[in-house]
Amino acid sequence: MKKNKKIKGLTIQFIPYTEIEMLKSGERIKKLLDIVLSGKIIILQGRLKSEEEARLIEDTMAMVGHIKDFKGIELAVINPNQEKLSMMSQVKHGLARALGAQDSITIMGPASIVREIKRDPKKIEILMNK
Amino acid sequence: MVIKIVRNFIKRVFSGIFKGKKELSLGFYGPPNAGKTSLANRICKDWTGEELGRVSKVPHETREIQFKEKVEIDYKGKKLSFKIVDTPGIATKIDYEEFMKFKMNKREAQKRAKEATQGIVESIKWLDDMDAVIVVLDATKNPYSQVNITIIGNLVARKIPVLIVGNKVDLKKADLSKVESAFPEYEVIGISARFGKNMEEFYESVFRLAKKV
Repeated sequence: MKKNKKIKGLTIQFIPYTEIEMLKSGERIKKLLDIVLSGKIIILQGRLKSEEEARLIEDTMAMVGHIKDFKGIELAVINPNQEKLSMMSQVKHGLARALGAQDSITIMGPASIVREIKRDPKKIEILMNK
Repeated sequence: MVIKIVRNFIKRVFSGIFKGKKELSLGFYGPPNAGKTSLANRICKDWTGEELGRVSKVPHETREIQFKEKVEIDYKGKKLSFKIVDTPGIATKIDYEEFMKFKMNKREAQKRAKEATQGIVESIKWLDDMDAVIVVLDATKNPYSQVNITIIGNLVARKIPVLIVGNKVDLKKADLSKVESAFPEYEVIGISARFGKNMEEFYESVFRLAKKV
């Protein structure tokens, strides 16, 4: 049977920083992955710590192959106020603020819906699967 | 006087620790298909005569950590011994259907995908065991990817010295300046692991990196 790849609807869920601020790392990652698993795209105010990003990848990989049609995630962190800063400055900036700077925005979605998040310092493009 | 004695004692203890550490664990990290194994192979071949692992155009060819111990690199009369640790490429998604484009049947593709996901988890776990890391990026690709940022961010958090390599500079599409402008605070060196281009400069950079450990 041919797979129906047509997207019927698309939900973008905004998560304010205050909604994850008090959560522990594991809970934060679980909350984000639960939303992604329900087929939604997340726009998160703030960013995860580098260690949390690594754990997010680990947890994502543990789910691929175990959850039907889940192929992983697409992820990008942008900082509208820091377009001119290097990526490393942004990494350091992120680390300096413990849980991620509120002026950053994290975009995250299921790989089955979001094909690619293309980013260069000046623009961000979200490419969708057909 | 007492301070001097204490200081000398600490110095002796610490120099003892570093003298005792004969081999540095040098990790090769990066996204899939950037050329980590090609570079690790080049180094191992140059200094031991043997390669480390298989390379392929199919992504996620390396799905298990593979390493070679006691790789002695000689540069300008100085010798350093490394444990070369080649890691599976880190990605945020694995789609077995992508592997089927490389003439694999569904079962083979699914098996490869499963091993690839396990390999990524292993790569991340091994970060803590590295003394220094070479992040290998494909110089023909956009360096502004979250995976690259996450890898380097984790190395910074663990205070592990980093050298960034822009591989595949032999290809027309390669743009090393883009890699350099993405990571201006790090030493970036352009090489072609496949053809051995710029390896002398690379080894010089590796020795500089080892000094930071």
